[in-house]
Amino acid sequence: MDLRDTPEEAAFRAELRTWIETNLSDEIRRGRFEEAGRDWSRKLHEAGYAGLTWPKEYGGAGAPYSHQAIFLEEMARAEAPPHLGVIGLGMAGPTIIAHGTDAQKQKHLEKILSTEEIWCQGFSEPDAGSDLSAVRTTARSENGHFVVDGQKVWSSFAHIADWCILVTRSDPGSERHAGLTYMLVDMHAPGVEVRPLRQITGEAEFNEIFFTGVEVPTENVVGEVGGGWQVAMTTLLHERGTLGFALTAGLESQIRKLIALARKRGATPVQRDAIAREWIGLQAVRYTNYRSLTTLMKTGIPGPEGSGAKLWWSEANQRVTKLALELLGPEAQIVEDGGYWQHQQLRSRGNTIEAGTSEILRNIIAERVLGLPRSR
Amino acid sequence: MEFAFTPEQEELRRQARSFLDANPDAPLAELRELGWLGVSVPEERGGGGLSFVDETILFEEAGRALYSGPFLTTAVVLPALSEVDEQAWSVELDGLVPHLNQVDRVLREDMTAVPAEGETLATVDETRPLGRIEQVADSNYLEGSGSFEAVRLRLLAGLAAEAVGVAQKALELGVAYVSEREQFGKKIGAYQAVSHPLADTYVETELARSLAYWAAWCVAEEDERTPVAVAAAKSFCAETAVAACERSIQVHGGIGFTWEHVLHRYYKRAQWIDAFGGHAAKQREVVAAALLD
Repeated sequence: MDLRDTPEEAAFRAELRTWIETNLSDEIRRGRFEEAGRDWSRKLHEAGYAGLTWPKEYGGAGAPYSHQAIFLEEMARAEAPPHLGVIGLGMAGPTIIAHGTDAQKQKHLEKILSTEEIWCQGFSEPDAGSDLSAVRTTARSENGHFVVDGQKVWSSFAHIADWCILVTRSDPGSERHAGLTYMLVDMHAPGVEVRPLRQITGEAEFNEIFFTGVEVPTENVVGEVGGGWQVAMTTLLHERGTLGFALTAGLESQIRKLIALARKRGATPVQRDAIAREWIGLQAVRYTNYRSLTTLMKTGIPGPEGSGAKLWWSEANQRVTKLALELLGPEAQIVEDGGYWQHQQLRSRGNTIEAGTSEILRNIIAERVLGLPRSR
Repeated sequence: MEFAFTPEQEELRRQARSFLDANPDAPLAELRELGWLGVSVPEERGGGGLSFVDETILFEEAGRALYSGPFLTTAVVLPALSEVDEQAWSVELDGLVPHLNQVDRVLREDMTAVPAEGETLATVDETRPLGRIEQVADSNYLEGSGSFEAVRLRLLAGLAAEAVGVAQKALELGVAYVSEREQFGKKIGAYQAVSHPLADTYVETELARSLAYWAAWCVAEEDERTPVAVAAAKSFCAETAVAACERSIQVHGGIGFTWEHVLHRYYKRAQWIDAFGGHAAKQREVVAAALLD
């Protein structure tokens, strides 16, 4: 057990910090999401920080997961904008590497790394939220291609995406996990329509996607026709892989801001206790991520202890943002200087819903980690 | 960064668990024979030459087994002595001495050692009595190494590890029971109102474990963050253990509320751990001061 960076990790961290200081300008940090994001994403790629854990043969850095964890920590610490290719780099790319054909790898991987292609995820539907197996979007096989009809929802980046990883029902008589097909869909194809969804914060991060008679070539199927469930599970596994680090790093920067606010405004004994509680929880989840990461690096599979990271983070972020409003006092409902905490507090309500609701996560822990009888 | 135990440490845990499962009330002398006393003391002073992280594994297993003897208090004093001795030790904190009637000598906050003489008080956790030293006949300053603060931090870090063992056992008892017990024609663990609190206990216990090991590592490395890490671990682990027992009692229903079921003993130990050396909120004052003042 050694909780310090190894000399090699420390060198990577130091080099990364210097690179961020040189390259992360205030223009990028404060710029508009899309243009600034493209600029920043390109810089990251040129410096070799995109696809850190991807194998070298596919253009990645072939680096250990610890580098990815350090990368996410340092990016959050510097308050760098998100990489526009998060879905491509973290979900679509690894799925294509695991299940894709050579032609799919040739066509997409390099462009995912360079952010030339921005990707979105077409999994959830109005009637298939937590229950992904209830997918109804159909893919009808016809003269060497599929015709896709249906609706997807809660799709981040869809309004700027070039490609979509889509789960469809290709066997019309099938139910639940059988008869699903996973495909790569060109978002610029005729019949694809994207409508932004305005959230309780007033902004639109998510979208609805409507597919009307969209032709998808058969060679865009990933894995077997009808074997889409297994492929989708690979995508979700990658979504959860080092997600804990990104979330924890974000929470760390949030708590740093909370402490600064408390120092400026003053805090009652009850608020001091609450702040200490959140800081302790942050250390707990950070070190739990490290335990899970050590298991991941030794066995290739993250340890089960990490399964609570998203659950804990989401509820902690809700408490922290509310605590900040309390520190602001009666003025908390006045939006000033961009209304950072007011926005963050409203946004945090989505945290316990997106990427697996807290109820689903508790089910997963109860059934798969604790081995309790299934609830359904 | 490597946050895992070595194969040797895992083996130590296996041995400790199998011994304590069979002998939860073994006399301290038997633990000494197993080499469990002075584990983190250098070999030239008669110790095991291992680290406080190794010792923490034993504390955690002792918590899991509800070990009744003065093992923790003796183990945290030994590194302060010039040489490991064969006495049973306790420590006085806030005027209270655990196991006063079961030990030979007591270390006080001024680093004097006194004979274990005084009044023993009834405690909720009957296996961990508290006493008060009444009159001191002969005391001597410890001619050893380190400060009382170092002893106190080892003790609180050790309590945090015990709490993790308590929480883990309470969780396992709850999981086993709801996997067997049937009502309305179903195993009750299938009901989410029953399973979700246990999922919360799992998450909190893993978080507590990380803090307890972090604090132990800080103690072992004499890291500058040790006082904050120990306060963080003591507060979170104790609260986790108490909540783990409460949820486990709840999912057991009536049987969990009886004297004959083992759970109340875990519950009482958890509350003892939380109280001794200062409750969770008291520990958080240390953290808040470090963050805000």
